[in-house]
Amino acid sequence: MKQAIRLWLFALVAALALSTTAAADDTPANTIRLATTTSLDNAGLLATILPIFTRDAGITVHVLAQDTGQALDTARRGDADLVLVHDPEAEEQFIGEGHGANRRQIAWNDFIIVGPEADPAHIGGGHDAVAALTKVAEAKAPFVSRGDRSGTHALELRLWKMAGVNAASGERGWYRDIGGGMGQALNAAAAMPTYTLSDRGTWLSFKNKRPLAVLVEGDLKLINRYDVIEINPEKYRRRQLAAAHRLAEWLVSAEGQKAIGEYQVDGEQLFHPSAAAPR
Amino acid sequence: MPASPLAELRHAGDTGRQANAPGIASLDDLASLSAALASGELWHIIGLSLAVSLSASAAAAILGLPLGVALAIWDFPGRRFLIVIANALLGLPPAVVGLALYLLLSGSGPLGFLRLLFTPGAMVIAQAVLALPIVTALAHRAAEDLWAGYGDALMDLGASRFRAVPALIAMGRLSMLTAALAGFGRTVSEVGAILVVGGNIAGYTRTMTTAIVLETSKGDLTLALGLGLVLIGLTMMISAAAFGIAGRSNA
Repeated sequence: MKQAIRLWLFALVAALALSTTAAADDTPANTIRLATTTSLDNAGLLATILPIFTRDAGITVHVLAQDTGQALDTARRGDADLVLVHDPEAEEQFIGEGHGANRRQIAWNDFIIVGPEADPAHIGGGHDAVAALTKVAEAKAPFVSRGDRSGTHALELRLWKMAGVNAASGERGWYRDIGGGMGQALNAAAAMPTYTLSDRGTWLSFKNKRPLAVLVEGDLKLINRYDVIEINPEKYRRRQLAAAHRLAEWLVSAEGQKAIGEYQVDGEQLFHPSAAAPR
Repeated sequence: MPASPLAELRHAGDTGRQANAPGIASLDDLASLSAALASGELWHIIGLSLAVSLSASAAAAILGLPLGVALAIWDFPGRRFLIVIANALLGLPPAVVGLALYLLLSGSGPLGFLRLLFTPGAMVIAQAVLALPIVTALAHRAAEDLWAGYGDALMDLGASRFRAVPALIAMGRLSMLTAALAGFGRTVSEVGAILVVGGNIAGYTRTMTTAIVLETSKGDLTLALGLGLVLIGLTMMISAAAFGIAGRSNA
């Protein structure tokens, strides 16, 4: 019996020792955490270009893919070394509050309005996002909204405001707030089917499109800018900030920009490097 | 800025890209699963899944089995309360555990100095918290019957209550194993808590369940389903192996 108790105590001590080893996880100064948006991660860009940086700089990058609002909050809590997001207004607020500094645009692409091929609101082929959303609201055609704090959702809300539509009131349930990521929204839109606003990168790499098609594109208001923001070292004393600065520099460097521009899905370029000439 | 900077993207290439059937396996999709298997990434994901859920359920068993048995043997003020709590927490919502742990471990939280957030260590803690009530409640249930049947005999033989704890665990080892495996089942299938405290970081905190969520969100439903089948297969193998070992030692 004493043996059994000794065995249990041994197991307990071993478990405690193991967990303290895990707790002592001293993230080395050359492993950084990048808080970014699902749109960059799901589109496969980061998985393609970051290994090049890691190989050359010897810095490992842990990618934390969240929506823009969450990514900025993660950094606000002191849990990220660098942010890479796409909501100009939220970014300005983040920098204004003193959390971040040195914001630089690394690339752009665009947003698109996708919807069922049957197109009940007749918006197909248009190049005016506000006019299209007005038609969707008038037809009370179903529309899936991200309903999170993503850059995409922020843009959607701005577009509804410009259209003068109080979409959230969503009479007769045509406005469907799913509270999820871009992929979830596209899955929902494809299943119902409904209209939705998507970034082009996620759309092009998304594999469950039917019966959706791109209906509206090419509006200047639909431009989608990705910015890298460094964490304010005065405010957050993280040992990884020097390595994070090197990643930010690499993203805007000729080499990083080339890697971004060369990334393709099925022969199509997803992101347009723009560090030299921000849009 | 040119007149229409987006013009170059207009009508750029969605035609001819609609061929994927929604969620139904095509040869292309199945190829993505075997490609994932061939790349080392999937093995890392499987290894991490097992390492995290096995450590978490082991921790829950080491604490929960003796605790559950002790609750059957000792009568002390608050005992019933603890039993009710353990049973109530069987339905502990993973998302809430994840969130509470997130706030504790965050850089601005009280345990931020541990730097555990977004590491496998945080995932082990979250899953151990989720599995502990399950192991405790099931061990208590099994030990209660054993104590009612053999308690007096054990005491007559001169065992102290303290010594009766390992004795009951040994006597009810198949039930105890079921309790431990129920804890494992909870941990290996769990996604809500580890997504929050682990962050689903590729090559670091991505597990089978978080990968399934990710692939679903990318619309690659076949790969997600394939990963799910691999996970179910692994779980069944571990249960079968555990019962095989326990059955042999029983005979």
